[in-house]
Amino acid sequence: MNVVIPKFPLAHLIDVALNWLTTHFAFLTKALSHGVSLVIVGITDALLWLPPWLLIVAVSLAGWRVAGRRIGIFCALGLLFIWDLRLWEATVETFTLVLISTLLAVIIGLPLGIAAALNGRISKVVMPVLDFMQTMPAFVYLIPAIPFFGLGAVSASVATVIFATPPTIRLTALGIGQVPADLTEAADAFGSTRRQKLLKVQLPMAMPTIMAGINQTIMLSLSMVVIAAMIGAGGLGGNVWQAIQRLEPGKGFEAGIAIVILAMILDRITQHLGRNSPATHAK
Amino acid sequence: MAKIQVEHLTKIFGPRPQQGLRMLDKGASNHEIRETGNAVGIADVSFEVEEGELLVVMGLSGSGKSTLIRCLNCLNASTRGHIRIDGEDITRYDREQLLALRRRKVSMVFQHFALFPYRTVTENAAYGLEIQGVEPAERRARAVEALELVGLKGWEDSFPGQLSGGMQQRVGLARALAVKSDILLMDEAFSALDPLIRRDMQHELVSLQRRMKKTIVFITHDLDEALQLGDRIVLMKDGRVVQFGTPEEILNNPANAYVERFVENVDMSRVLTARSVLHRARVVAFPQDGPRTVLHKMNEENYSSLLVVERDYTLRGTISLEAAVDAARHGKKTIDDLIEETPSIGPDDPLISVINTLAGWRYTLPVTDPEGKLLGIVTRTGVISALAESHPGDSLAELDESAVDSIPAEGGEQV
Ligand SMILES: Nc1ncnc2c1ncn2[C@@H]1O[C@H](COP(=O)(O)OP(=O)(O)OP(=O)(O)O)[C@@H](O)[C@H]1O
Ligand SMILES: [Mg+2]
Repeated sequence: MNVVIPKFPLAHLIDVALNWLTTHFAFLTKALSHGVSLVIVGITDALLWLPPWLLIVAVSLAGWRVAGRRIGIFCALGLLFIWDLRLWEATVETFTLVLISTLLAVIIGLPLGIAAALNGRISKVVMPVLDFMQTMPAFVYLIPAIPFFGLGAVSASVATVIFATPPTIRLTALGIGQVPADLTEAADAFGSTRRQKLLKVQLPMAMPTIMAGINQTIMLSLSMVVIAAMIGAGGLGGNVWQAIQRLEPGKGFEAGIAIVILAMILDRITQHLGRNSPATHAK
Repeated sequence: MAKIQVEHLTKIFGPRPQQGLRMLDKGASNHEIRETGNAVGIADVSFEVEEGELLVVMGLSGSGKSTLIRCLNCLNASTRGHIRIDGEDITRYDREQLLALRRRKVSMVFQHFALFPYRTVTENAAYGLEIQGVEPAERRARAVEALELVGLKGWEDSFPGQLSGGMQQRVGLARALAVKSDILLMDEAFSALDPLIRRDMQHELVSLQRRMKKTIVFITHDLDEALQLGDRIVLMKDGRVVQFGTPEEILNNPANAYVERFVENVDMSRVLTARSVLHRARVVAFPQDGPRTVLHKMNEENYSSLLVVERDYTLRGTISLEAAVDAARHGKKTIDDLIEETPSIGPDDPLISVINTLAGWRYTLPVTDPEGKLLGIVTRTGVISALAESHPGDSLAELDESAVDSIPAEGGEQV
């Protein structure tokens, strides 16, 4: 006799669940989406309204202050090059997307990381979920994002947030977990409340590690921009996507190089922010 | 009433402390209890600390010293027994009361300093005040004051990473002093420092203690440190108290073989003080005495010299038999200008320095208080017999001989 083990209808179940969620909550998420897209457009417009040279000077000065002269010069040259390639607008759009996604990721990730560090049970639930979020191919998030948030930048940033938040959570939890026991004990011995201990000892001590997590989150968000362009997020990813479809390797590389420059600027500046944070006085 | 009273305190670590207690009551050993997954931290510990006392808790590694001191501010919850501070049982405190206790009454100094590396020295010293909600200007002022007290003036805005170990521990001490708590808990506070700095810190702690009259519980595994600092010593082994007493009691009457082994290598001449061999000066001379009076006093007691004091017993010096005889022959009225300047020692000087002073002096050695008033005398025989008595066993002969060798001819004592 021939026994056929029936296929477990995983895809069907997920579709049904998502459908149900869409019909009942889409009005909410769509409204949210509308709000977020207003913010994204607002920031992009504001940045584009400023003359590019002014922004280039501002960013270079910031880079110089935070990370030293060499990085400052690199910022100036890199951004001028992008401007010259006529990729300024696309770069600003991408930057806004990264900014919003990173902000959301930090707003979500920091408290979750803290909760996981302070509570073993939360940690047991959160950590496997993080593994899932990070290993699931990022494309997959785009599919359900569309029915909830529509085509465009908002869906892209939702997918980006899901993909890019884990490092912030993980490294926040790690940083707090690594605070030497005698320091938290000293905090206790002087009568600190839990909140005082967190704000005055654990977070400052964990800051370099947390910043490393945020840095990784930024890099992951940047890596999502090309993927996000597939659902109409625009920006540099859009240029790359166009170049793929029209088989224009030159254009593709131009946009790719602009992404690399943006990545390096964000990386160096945020890395130094972490290094300059107060806990690094420990020697 | 004692400042801190510890009564039958027991702390059992592990998943089932109550089971550990039951085993303990049935007489199970620490080892048997450990096999059930629990661990005995301390068992049935009782002692009390008087206000202004410096109590040393001493014992080998794993004897439960840290467990005990951490119970005193409830960093460890005790499993059974009571701790009363100013008569209040802190083992029954709720969270609020506990915070108040740690903020106001008990502060702690840590073995590895436990300073906050991202805060300046002043911000570290001000931590406790910040936690209490003292406003910035005042807490800075009080932190700076505490830093001055421990000798860190000029380092206020440095970071701990820029300081040496000894200085870091001063910051740790300042942090504890700044909150002006009555009780200081110090867990091996000087163990991480090298010996010279450690000695400095010990001296400074003693002098701070004299000025500020804190009640201090100090932990160490080093007997020399314990003897140096402790008004009384709690000696622990396997979580239990094996002896509780003054340093001299512990040295002179070790409660059992364990304590004896602990103390057998102590150099008694560094431990015993002049006070322990002090005698009353039965006869003294006064500056306005005539030579014949002095000779008479000497004759009576068979002395070859006398100490000379003012009416209020301020020490002036020594008059020798020869000088008195000479003066009598020349018909002098008083001995005032024949008084020889005389070295003196303090009652808390260790016998080692007493021996050194005796070696360079022919006559009776006076013991004076800080104002220079005569408290009594020490004699060579007194010093030697004290060392011999307190030193059972092999090193006796050696010590006796060397001590005698270093002291020249008998001078001002009974001949
Ligand atoms: N958190 C803990 N969990 C389980 N057992 C513990 C814990 N803390 C201490 N113990 C046990 O309690 C006993 C006493 O330890 P404690 O740290 O008080 O010793 P100590 O005298 O301070 O030693 P040291 O000189 O090494 O600091 C030891 O047997 C130790 O293994
Ligand atoms: Mg210890």
